[in-house]
Amino acid sequence: MSLNIIVLAKQVPDTRNVGKDAMKADGTINRAALPAIFNPEDLNALEQALRLKDANPGSTITVLTMGLPKAAEVIREAIFRGADTGIVLTDRALGGADTLATSYSLAQAVKKIGNYDIILGGRQAIDGDTAQVGPQIAEKLGIPQVTYAEEIIGLKDGKVTVKRRLEHGIETVVAPLPCVVTVNGSAADCRPRNAKRLMKYKYAVSPSEKAALSEEKQAFVDARPYLQLNEWGAAFVEADPEQIGFPGSPTKVKNVENVVFTAKDARRIEGKDDAALEDLIKELITNHTIG
Amino acid sequence: MANFYTDNPDLRHHLTHPLMRKIVELKESNFTDAEKFDYAPLDFDDAMDNYERVLEVVGELCGGLIAENAEGVDHQGASCSDGRAHYADGTVANLEACRQAGLMGMAMPRRFGGLNFPITPYIMAADIVSRADTGFENLWGLQDCAETLYEFGDEDQKARFIPRVCEGETMSMDLTEPDAGSDLQSVMLKATQKEDGTWVLNGVKRFITNGDSDIHLVLARSEEGTKDGRGLSMFIYDKRNGGVTVRRIENKMGIKGSPTCELVYKNAPAELCGSRRMGLIKYVMALMNGARLGIAAQSVGVSEIAYREALAYAKDRRQFGKAIIEFPAVAEMLAVMKAKLDASRSLLYECARYVDLYKILDDISKERPLTPEERTERKHYNHLADALTPMAKGMGSEYCNQNAYDCIQIHGGSGFMKDYACERIYRDARITSIYEGTTQLQVVAAIRHVTTGTYNSLIDEYAKTEVRPELQAIKDRLAVLTEMYNSAIAHVAEVNNPTYTDFMARRLVEMAGNIVMAYLLLLDAQRNESFTKSANVYANIAAAEVTRHAEFIRTFNVEQLDNYLVK
Repeated sequence: MSLNIIVLAKQVPDTRNVGKDAMKADGTINRAALPAIFNPEDLNALEQALRLKDANPGSTITVLTMGLPKAAEVIREAIFRGADTGIVLTDRALGGADTLATSYSLAQAVKKIGNYDIILGGRQAIDGDTAQVGPQIAEKLGIPQVTYAEEIIGLKDGKVTVKRRLEHGIETVVAPLPCVVTVNGSAADCRPRNAKRLMKYKYAVSPSEKAALSEEKQAFVDARPYLQLNEWGAAFVEADPEQIGFPGSPTKVKNVENVVFTAKDARRIEGKDDAALEDLIKELITNHTIG
Repeated sequence: MANFYTDNPDLRHHLTHPLMRKIVELKESNFTDAEKFDYAPLDFDDAMDNYERVLEVVGELCGGLIAENAEGVDHQGASCSDGRAHYADGTVANLEACRQAGLMGMAMPRRFGGLNFPITPYIMAADIVSRADTGFENLWGLQDCAETLYEFGDEDQKARFIPRVCEGETMSMDLTEPDAGSDLQSVMLKATQKEDGTWVLNGVKRFITNGDSDIHLVLARSEEGTKDGRGLSMFIYDKRNGGVTVRRIENKMGIKGSPTCELVYKNAPAELCGSRRMGLIKYVMALMNGARLGIAAQSVGVSEIAYREALAYAKDRRQFGKAIIEFPAVAEMLAVMKAKLDASRSLLYECARYVDLYKILDDISKERPLTPEERTERKHYNHLADALTPMAKGMGSEYCNQNAYDCIQIHGGSGFMKDYACERIYRDARITSIYEGTTQLQVVAAIRHVTTGTYNSLIDEYAKTEVRPELQAIKDRLAVLTEMYNSAIAHVAEVNNPTYTDFMARRLVEMAGNIVMAYLLLLDAQRNESFTKSANVYANIAAAEVTRHAEFIRTFNVEQLDNYLVK
């Protein structure tokens, strides 16, 4: 059977190769110092999608990403590796979103896409490491979710069989379609970019990227529908302004501190009453063990 | 993860050589393919951008997966059972990744599913692949057998086989037999034409790289009763038809991931490629020239990895309170390694560009008659390619062996252990100066270009280039070396004794090679300052080598020859 597959992808700062200037003095990420990359586990998810497509000829893969207009880079990268098309969900109103607002916005975009059989995404993004967005999207869409997926073993009769990588072993589960599957970094690496696709799609642009091109280049893109990437805004996906961006994000960052863990002398807190317990908790909070 | 293209700016320097404009414009014949193929370039800049982007994919794949798999592939090696050869697990993964990346059939025309790349960027990919895993370069690089199919097969054969190669099926060239190694005229594998006109092959082939491939080009004796090269024809054997089994694979010193097979043909159905009797004389010669360029690229890749491993170790290893690279004896070895690497790479791409030019003109001549100027050009470039191919293969492979040797030397005792990559590099390097014609046979192919003046014509051309003042000293020095070379040629000609000429051939070819490579590095330095160091170091190497050979030839008394002709 042919499938409509959605892959959720995020453009993230490459936190794996952090230099000295990776953080600003105020504790936020210095995005200028870190190259923007395809979130690694989203690439693992893309590979699972491509395998589903290989096994089910006629399937299509749509990559959905939310971010700045330049997140179109992620769409192109996915297309070079075999995805069919992509959508950049971008809007000033979406800025400052936490996982709740992000998952709401993406769920709205998924609803707008409408016809889908399976949604795949990385387990988590390397900038936030929350692993919340995939599961929240499943909740908002009211469909099942399978997390920590390592391999999609099979798909038939409207059900998908997934091998999950858990802390102490593996588990195989069967889920009805449509569902959300979030994929672990331990899954197969994504296949490389394909030379022909790279040459064919290298000029693919989103509308805002196209606007920056010369007239001649714009005409070139206009004549080739396959070079036109989709760019959707908040209003287009019918998102409630109260649930997106800053207004829709209950998470507030109060303070970011550099914490350096160092071994200190052991400290013993004596006593059996509440006061001793409170001392213990205060001590653990002070040295950042909890809190 | 390293990218073996972007971490090496020297590659981009060679890719962007001024002659590339001519190559690309001829190859893409006014960029008309863009109307038919959505991945064809629109203009020169677009084509160059395509090459770079694809080489970045090659570099990423090589710096990641293929380099990471190299050690495992070396340990596991290929195996043989039930009449079939089996790749190591890492090799299987590498091949699959290359297929997915669409890196097979790179130089084939688009109408057969290829990328229509010129030879130059394709050879650059081979250079990069070899740095990652020398043995894997063989399997991947055998795609250039498709070039021979394209040149000599009929339309039907091209249409049936080339798209399969572009989709990732592998190839092999089945030439060598137990009694026909360097001397391919002695090939005995028997081709018999049946009454219905079809052919079957019977006999044994030995030392066949990737001998269990999907599509084989086979040299066989089609003319019963003949004994020399004129009785040989080239055949295509399709594994899907069956009839060939792998009796055993060789247990080799290096390139262990590349299965070297002994093949048994039992009534194996095959089809004739091209005309009868032209197998060795024309087709295999073309095939070998392509393969030799491939080995030249493989050698440069080995030199590159050997240099990098040695450099990294020399910076890291501390003795007597400092990194060993700070000792002049070690630093000098590294400078010499880099100079040899740079010299052989410059020669490789110089050669690749000439191969490109004559092959493209050749291809154009199938579509329309060439203009008289084009015909002259084709002949000229073909001549230069013929002269530079054995030089690039011969000297490049010797240099990569020397670099692999020095790489171990810099590692000291640790280099003798199995713990470092250098011992694998050393073992992998060794075959490059043997297969596709030993260095001695490259000399046989090159010597006529010494005597007929092909190398001189190149050298004269290089010498016309004006260089920056700081490079003038090198240029002046090369003029002196050229005089020494010419005197040596004159001396050998004067003696006029065939045995003596053979005896001096390697010296003369090496002198020519030293001067050609020194000039090429000079021109590189003129175009890109980062080559200045290597240009200087290599000029010193060339001066020492040319002087040594010149002195040997000048002082050699022909009567001494007997001392060397060991019986």
